[in-house]
Amino acid sequence: MALIETVNLCQRYGERDILKNVNLRIDRGEVFALIGPTGAGKTTLLRLIDLIDEPASGKIFFDGVDAAAPAAVRLGMRRRMAFVLQKPVVFNLSVYDNIACALRWRGVRGSKLKEKVNHITDVVGLSDYGNRNARQLSGGEVQRVAIARAIAIEPEVLLLDEPMANLDPLSAARIEELISSIIRRYATTIIMATHDLSQGQRLADRMAVMMGGELLQTGSSKDVFTSPRNREVAEFVGVENIIDGVIASSEDNMVTLESRGRSIEAISDYPVGAEVCACIRPEDITLALSRISSSARNSFEGEITWLVNMGPLTRVEVQCGFPLVAMVTKRSAEEMGLTKGKKIYATFKATGVHVIKRN
Amino acid sequence: MIELWHGLVKALELIVTLDPEVMEIAGRSLSISVTSALLASLICVPLASLIHFHQFRGKRALINLVQTFFSVPTVAIGLFVFVLFSRAGPLGGLGLMFTPTVMVLGQMLLITPILLGLTISALSGVDRGIIDTARSLGASGLQTSIVILREARFAVMAAIIMGFGRAISEVGIAIMVGGNIRGFTRVITTAISLETSKGDLELSIALGTILIAIALIINIILNRVQQR
Repeated sequence: MALIETVNLCQRYGERDILKNVNLRIDRGEVFALIGPTGAGKTTLLRLIDLIDEPASGKIFFDGVDAAAPAAVRLGMRRRMAFVLQKPVVFNLSVYDNIACALRWRGVRGSKLKEKVNHITDVVGLSDYGNRNARQLSGGEVQRVAIARAIAIEPEVLLLDEPMANLDPLSAARIEELISSIIRRYATTIIMATHDLSQGQRLADRMAVMMGGELLQTGSSKDVFTSPRNREVAEFVGVENIIDGVIASSEDNMVTLESRGRSIEAISDYPVGAEVCACIRPEDITLALSRISSSARNSFEGEITWLVNMGPLTRVEVQCGFPLVAMVTKRSAEEMGLTKGKKIYATFKATGVHVIKRN
Repeated sequence: MIELWHGLVKALELIVTLDPEVMEIAGRSLSISVTSALLASLICVPLASLIHFHQFRGKRALINLVQTFFSVPTVAIGLFVFVLFSRAGPLGGLGLMFTPTVMVLGQMLLITPILLGLTISALSGVDRGIIDTARSLGASGLQTSIVILREARFAVMAAIIMGFGRAISEVGIAIMVGGNIRGFTRVITTAISLETSKGDLELSIALGTILIAIALIINIILNRVQQR
């Protein structure tokens, strides 16, 4: 039985549909990431799961029990969860009292309270801040207080809404390390909303891509990144090469895709005549100065139209009938003497092409 | 000008020497107004919370009505209380007319809209994130209300101090239902009014100086509170 299950969950603000039939199952102990651009409905979904808001329609089941229950039952469910908001707000109290408040609401008092708060302040690295007013802390410190306050109650479900948003890179790295340590230390179920793909990939067991209030794809991070279900997901997860084409031939799931007079070979079960998109990740493309003999089924001659250095990598745009983006190391680009206008061969394997149906 | 100067010097002398009459009047003013402000806040803070935390038909209209009474003339309240507590009035049997008690009641009536309105504003001013945070950490409805009140505590305190300021500086109610009885219901404002009409400027200026000093102290406290 899933710890949290949503069935056809919808939310509507005025005339706007914020969530559209969201069906989700999250198991106990799972770290689940909701990824999607700003305004996708991630926060709305987290607020509904935390029972702060009520859905326009649909059901939420918490540990098998319908959350559309009397206030006392909902409060009981809410007390088994903790939610760190996107813009964490601290109470105008000391760091100690901020962390202690949720414990006090649950009747924890005296030495047990002190022991728990002190332990948590140690975990989040705020043991020297106990007496300081939480309103006087920096953004990263406030985020740590918010996380400490949430984990102090030892929730069964921890909801994190963009936990690293609005933080400088150093603070963001510290918060990510803190979340990793919470995942390792406690067996808490974590649902985390983020627009940072790599963060979701690093922290989560499973993820869902959310856009326009809908869950477009749910699966392991590998599935989502290597086999996006449609063009929107492919674009969001950073597939830069999305080439429209039509399946021209198919034999034992080995298809040939025609695009602008060029043929791309790929593995797919779409039938001949299907209008599809070929998705190729830039890092799966090899560049060479001459045609190379290899097992790769696709090799196209083209001309470099643009080069940009991105740290240790160079992003190379090649026009070979259709535009292709490849990523090579900066050193390779220098050794090969890659420049704008240079003739080049772009090579990729048939297995490196993910074919999706065109919308 | 010389008369005013003499008045100021004499007033200072009365204050510095802790003149018994001046101190008695100032003390009574303070005790009546502090009592009315505290009693009004005991009623208004919970009532404002009740209004703020519940949704009901006509809530906006009620808040508008409360705000309209911010500037109600003190003599209008004085007249209302007079009619209520005069011998022929519905509460005349209580025999409270021309007593400090009825002055406290009158001042409470005067400052209730201010305290109520400003407390509602203070509670409305609390960041929505505070409410969400409290609820997301498992606070019950009552616990959430306490969190909001605690967050708004400085603004609520400012409202109480404002109410006290309005109470101590009013003259209409004090004179109409207190009667300005020497040694019993005479307060700073009624004493200034009487002594000025009698031509005793020294006592009026001394009492006026004390009233201004109280106003100054209230302002200082208010500023300190609002800066927190």
